[in-house]
Amino acid sequence: MTITSPAAPAATLTKKDFTSDQEVRWCPGCGDYAILAAIQRTLPKVGSRPESTVFVSGIGCSSRFPYYMNTYGFHTIHGRAPAIATGLKVARPELDVWVITGDGDALSIGGNHLLHALRRNVDLQIICFNNEIYGLTKGQYSPTSDVGVVTPSTPFGSIDQPLIPVRVALGAGARVVARGYDVSKKLAEVLEAAHRHEGTAFVEVLQNCIVFNDGVHELVTSKKTGPQHQLWLRHGEPMRFGPKGERGLRLDPRSLALEVVDVAGDEREGVPESELVVHDETNRNLAWMLADLAEVKALGVLYREVGPVYDRDVAAQAALARAQSEGDLDAVLRSGHTWTVT
Amino acid sequence: MTNEERETLDDVVVRFAGDSGDGMQLTGTQFASTAAVMGNDLATFPDFPSEIRAPQGSLYGVSGFQVHFSSQDIRTPGDDADVLVAMNPAALQVNLASLKRGGLLVLNTDAFTAKNLAKAGFEANPTEDGSLDAYRLLPLPIGKLSRTAVAPFGLKAKGAERTKNMWTLGLMYWLFGRERQPTIDWLRHKFAKKPEIAEANVAALNAGHIYGENAEMPHGIGVYRVPKAEVGPGTYRNVNGNEALAWGLTAGAQLAGLSLFYGSYPITPASTILHGLAKLKAHGVTTFQAEDEIAAVCAALGASYGGALGVTGTSGPGVALKTEAIGLAVATELPLVVVDVQRGGPSTGLPTKTEQSDLFQAVFGRNGDAPLIVLAARSPGDCFDVAIEAVRLATRFMTPVMLLSDGYIANGAEPWRIPSMKDYAPFPVEHRQANGAAFAPYARDPETLARAWAVPGTPGLMHRLGGLERDATTGHISVDPDNHHEMTSLRARKVRGARDAFEAARLDQGDASGDLLFVGWGSTFGAISQATRALRAEGARVGHLHLRHLWPLPRGLGEVLDGYGTVLIPELNGGMLETLLRAELGAPIRGYHKVAGQPFRIAELVAEAKRHLDAPPGDSPITPHASAPLRA
Repeated sequence: MTITSPAAPAATLTKKDFTSDQEVRWCPGCGDYAILAAIQRTLPKVGSRPESTVFVSGIGCSSRFPYYMNTYGFHTIHGRAPAIATGLKVARPELDVWVITGDGDALSIGGNHLLHALRRNVDLQIICFNNEIYGLTKGQYSPTSDVGVVTPSTPFGSIDQPLIPVRVALGAGARVVARGYDVSKKLAEVLEAAHRHEGTAFVEVLQNCIVFNDGVHELVTSKKTGPQHQLWLRHGEPMRFGPKGERGLRLDPRSLALEVVDVAGDEREGVPESELVVHDETNRNLAWMLADLAEVKALGVLYREVGPVYDRDVAAQAALARAQSEGDLDAVLRSGHTWTVT
Repeated sequence: MTNEERETLDDVVVRFAGDSGDGMQLTGTQFASTAAVMGNDLATFPDFPSEIRAPQGSLYGVSGFQVHFSSQDIRTPGDDADVLVAMNPAALQVNLASLKRGGLLVLNTDAFTAKNLAKAGFEANPTEDGSLDAYRLLPLPIGKLSRTAVAPFGLKAKGAERTKNMWTLGLMYWLFGRERQPTIDWLRHKFAKKPEIAEANVAALNAGHIYGENAEMPHGIGVYRVPKAEVGPGTYRNVNGNEALAWGLTAGAQLAGLSLFYGSYPITPASTILHGLAKLKAHGVTTFQAEDEIAAVCAALGASYGGALGVTGTSGPGVALKTEAIGLAVATELPLVVVDVQRGGPSTGLPTKTEQSDLFQAVFGRNGDAPLIVLAARSPGDCFDVAIEAVRLATRFMTPVMLLSDGYIANGAEPWRIPSMKDYAPFPVEHRQANGAAFAPYARDPETLARAWAVPGTPGLMHRLGGLERDATTGHISVDPDNHHEMTSLRARKVRGARDAFEAARLDQGDASGDLLFVGWGSTFGAISQATRALRAEGARVGHLHLRHLWPLPRGLGEVLDGYGTVLIPELNGGMLETLLRAELGAPIRGYHKVAGQPFRIAELVAEAKRHLDAPPGDSPITPHASAPLRA
């Protein structure tokens, strides 16, 4: 959520107003550059103000992000950004608070804080850059790395089962779960949708680490194979994908799973569009199935639900308490049994 | 019996002991409250196991509550008890050693069954074999007498049995001529929704009292009065350390003009600070029960970053987990108060017992050169003032402040003259506003070396903070070697310079020169103070210096120490302040260490001082080290 200042209309700001004077020091070709640009473009569009916007990050390549934003920024310690952001947002609910994290930061060392920020539904945007590797420590496998991946710490191949970030978020009770990828033109739209929501929005961004895990998401993100593997979700629209939308998803009533089908077209045999599943962002069961899809990657908003917002409830409880009490600390000190000596 | 026929005592120690389900904490608390109502000075010492309901009759399940009440000014819950109430053989076994010879021993004989005796390690029934002849024995079937007293109320057997603590309390009230009404009022309030329980307990209380009035007591058991203590005028209440700390933090935040954010994770013995603050939402307090210790301190730091006063509270194991985040607060130079209610360690240690063994962790326990301010409270009531001092220093110097309390003062209660908020000078904090000039987040106030507190939401001051080393002025990331050297030095100078805002070292008792100076910190204040008083009454040239500020050490400390032949530092640890003072001052210092989960007794401090005083000049004996701790 953004609080716009009525005195200075948001429209007067541009990407430049959100860009700091610091030299960006990610490796040339890193996917982080594209994400940085997408966020810098999104902020003026959604009416954010630099002085009321805060980026809180943990540790890792992605967590250098705040230094490049001309907003308030706090580069904290490994895994703890959601906890620090929670304290900040509760103390100052009028601020627009973003958490920038990575797969190791959010899902390994900071797993507990992510879990609890999501279940509390603090009004934050948590942007998780997932490159399936520890970049800053030079290439060890991460909690999202595939089984078999060979890295300095897994010379014989990883035997760890990976976490699927959007499943973790759904499991923790996240009210908004979305996904995009670094160089996607539609990433800004996903970020806008996340920002519009009051409560925690969890956005996984598939991100390429050009040095230690180059091409890890290539099947989904490359121009050549991407269209076959990207399912962009639109609320209320049938689920179709492929270069010409020639494929779609249908619910198999026997297995209660989504199956990929060919969609009938002018010159194509296939199932009619009316048999495809229509995306409903508020359908939790559907979100779980979308999170599980292997053949195609669900992108956009997988799930969105309005729920009680933690920081708002904290403020409401405090307001109620103030309304019912004089707020006189001297009276508190004298409550209960006292006696006077003269 | 009227008060005129009562023997007058100045000073009495009563210890209630029983199974952890026998209600001894409650009985002791009521006895203490009534002593306060009757104008006595008092101090209490709850001593309970970490098991919530330990197996009945077991030695480790014994729960005790000691009340020291007096017509004089007292500062500790007392050494040995004048009266011991033991509700079962295990309670007798554990506590008999702390009963004075000739003291009154009240036993619940119903619980002295063969099974319970065996569990407590008695081969024979001590009430029958003469082994308790050194005491004035009052064996009573308290269980049976209570059940009879509450029979009309139709309670189930267990409920009826449970009133035996009130019966015992009634008997004690008779013994010391105490008023019953405050406890009766309290019972009716507590059980307002269950009047039959309230009235049964009132009946048990009255029955215990009536029993005392009517029964023919064994020879030597009389009744007593303890006159009111002479205390300064004012309005008083009983307060325990954690209550006072919660109020003090709130008061500090109000004096600073800030809202208070308290992040905490439940841990013994600090949890009741969270409970206390959670009630104060109308007073600018937000409490946050975090998912873990790390989140608790991180959320507090996030709130400080946002311009609130971030506070986190825990015990030693929790501080260990918070360490990295405290380092971030040192690096980003944000105010933060970290409360450590110390308990026995290392690791889980003795969760419900007291110790002072987190001093090194507080002063040194972080990666890198990461200095901060360390304070310690000396008594339950002092927690209020030290909490205000912690807030004042954290905001003035933009630094984390560690506030040490311990299990002994967290749970122990004393009468407290209630201060008024107008007694304290406000220290309003101003967040930086833009003034047209370029903002340098690490530019410093020349006097305090503190940087400005610029908070998100302020137009024109957007900046980035972080744990990476920052340029000494601009705050941008810097790996410049000279800059890191300069920043390390600045952080150290800032914290060291904070001593100029402290009171200088000052003797609590004694003259500018003497033979032996006690130096103490934290909750040992009471015992050391009374030991000093006792020694001085005998003519010994002894002084007492108490340190509230432990890091940096206050000005003038070396000069005070120089006036004494021997400096003796009693601590409930292996000698931490002793080591710190040796390193800082190089003074000839002796330590006296006890790590038994129990506070010092006045008598053991007096004896230790005499060992030194009696030694030939310049030949003060080396004190037994913690590796061979003295057990009282």
